[in-house]
Amino acid sequence: MPGTGSEAPAQGGRDASLPARAKIAVTAGRVAAAVSRTAGRGSGSVIGGKVALRLDPDLLAKLADHLDVVLVSATNGKTTTTRLIAEALRAAGPVVSNALGANMPAGITAALAGGSESRFGVIEVDEKYLAGVARDTRPKAIALLNLSRDQLDRAAETRMLAERWREGLKDTEAVVIANADDPLVTWAASSCRRVVWVAAGQAWKEDAWSCPSCGGVMQRPGDDWFCAECGFRRPQPHWALSGSHVYDPQGAAWPIQLQLPGRANLANAATSAAVAAVFGVPPATSLQRMQSVAAVAGRYDVVTYEGRQVRLLLAKNPAGWLETFSLIDGPPTPVVLSVNALDADGTDTSWLWDVDYEGLVGHPLFVMGQRKLDLAVRLEVAGLPFQVVDSLAEAVRTAPQGRIEAIANYTAFQQLRRAVAG
Amino acid sequence: MSDSSLRLVWVYPDLLSTYGDRGNVLVVERRARQRGLDVARIDVRSDQPVPTSGDIYLIGGGEDRPQRLAAERLRVDPGLPRAVDNGAIVFSVCAGYQILGHEFINDLGQREAGLGLLDVHSTRGEGARNVGDILAEVDPRLGLPPLTGFENHQGVTHLGQGVSPLATVQVGGGNGTGDGTEGAWRDTVFGTYLHGPVMARNPAMADLLLKLALDVSALPPADNTWYDALRGERIAAARQQQSA
Repeated sequence: MPGTGSEAPAQGGRDASLPARAKIAVTAGRVAAAVSRTAGRGSGSVIGGKVALRLDPDLLAKLADHLDVVLVSATNGKTTTTRLIAEALRAAGPVVSNALGANMPAGITAALAGGSESRFGVIEVDEKYLAGVARDTRPKAIALLNLSRDQLDRAAETRMLAERWREGLKDTEAVVIANADDPLVTWAASSCRRVVWVAAGQAWKEDAWSCPSCGGVMQRPGDDWFCAECGFRRPQPHWALSGSHVYDPQGAAWPIQLQLPGRANLANAATSAAVAAVFGVPPATSLQRMQSVAAVAGRYDVVTYEGRQVRLLLAKNPAGWLETFSLIDGPPTPVVLSVNALDADGTDTSWLWDVDYEGLVGHPLFVMGQRKLDLAVRLEVAGLPFQVVDSLAEAVRTAPQGRIEAIANYTAFQQLRRAVAG
Repeated sequence: MSDSSLRLVWVYPDLLSTYGDRGNVLVVERRARQRGLDVARIDVRSDQPVPTSGDIYLIGGGEDRPQRLAAERLRVDPGLPRAVDNGAIVFSVCAGYQILGHEFINDLGQREAGLGLLDVHSTRGEGARNVGDILAEVDPRLGLPPLTGFENHQGVTHLGQGVSPLATVQVGGGNGTGDGTEGAWRDTVFGTYLHGPVMARNPAMADLLLKLALDVSALPPADNTWYDALRGERIAAARQQQSA
């Protein structure tokens, strides 16, 4: 078979047990992936999966049949959490995962087809596809982290997503591990039979002021939340993040020590520990394994560029920017903000105005990207001084000393990664 | 203005603040302060009464279900109509614009009554959703430069005799009626489909609201450098979108 090269995994093993049509589909997908790689079109995982799925629409179900599948979905943190869960579960057996964040059915199919004799399939799923992927892969566990506004010019409304989750997951056999601090996630998960509630926190609250169940105004005293009209309220959590510890259902506190920065990643680790426990991996083991994760698909990576240290931070929406502002080094650390509005980012930049920039007071600020002028007006109205630059190189040349924090949305982040790679 | 400070009321941020609508509040507030005005900003959650003594009221956009909830609550609150009777300025965007009209189609596909503060009614469009940059010439009586913004709506808003179009579309869908109109206004009540947010893209609109509130014909100048740069970029992008 020309072109498959070294990427072709060992035949036999799980593949040998696949029906003939599925085998052909897997092989054809690999050829397409290899051609895509050779042609320089990226990792090839998505195109391979698309070819394979067209040949056998049931392929995803067949590939997942031999695996203990864990699905991970959210607006923010799903790639990182998928990685943390995969690391944790490797304590119990080999893991196949869509680690690069190709999270729609084609990418998931490609990732599973590329696996060898794994026991676990740890799969990040785009929010819109969760119900379908859960139906096809019959997961043992589903982790639901958070839901908030994201790319509203093309995505479904946030509450509609919660409703689709609720409808699509209500008959699932999976243990659902859900964030009790997110009313939308709680509402989506509360129709499921087996739920493990994790108090994972949620800084962004602007998408859950009205009760997802009855529309009443949500009351949110402290960390609690409830609807005074219909009684829908925060469930009693089984696991709880508190500072940098996670409490397990027995009340034991486990320290979380990560290389990954920020409160949101402590939350991701707490959820991951709860997922690992479903498969018998205790927190001591799972949390220790998570400590090895330093960067996820380039996120949080500290690189040297033009002789300066730059930390690359991905933040795609208001909730993501809010969490990111809370993890950067304090002033006078220089901060680069880069925003694009290509299709993959969402083309409406209005969301920039949902972000509070007061948290950046005292940081020298540099704005760049396709929509740097939107950022300029935003910062001007916030009363913060800033400098508009055309490139990361210009920002780095101009910035005062110290490690630079570079925060970018989706395609702007990819461009930063390419820039620092030379 | 009722007393020494400008009372800027943001109606229902818990329901109608989905598309960066806070930006409109922030820009109006900022430009007022830059002119030396004291600003009292009043954010009214949907379980609170709308005050009648505001100078400028801003109502934003929202998703279909929150829009219905907002209409239900505003219909039983006399605050906003009384404020309009008192001569207050009301500026509404997208879902908020539809609520100010006689009726719109709610998330259940049913006709939902609005407040009737603008002589318009909204239906749901049959064609493709209007999504993209928009460019429109403002009613010359308002003396404003072209409007630039971003629209994202399925709604179609039909204008009655009691209002004028806010603008005439050059690029984009606007009211979606096919006659090239965008938004509506009468006296001190305005409605538009434009996000961006619209005040960030069109600071002259924010200044117009301030002039109406202060009953003055001119304001001290403000630095528009970055607004102008953004406007130039987006107006060019809209023209390119049209020729593409």
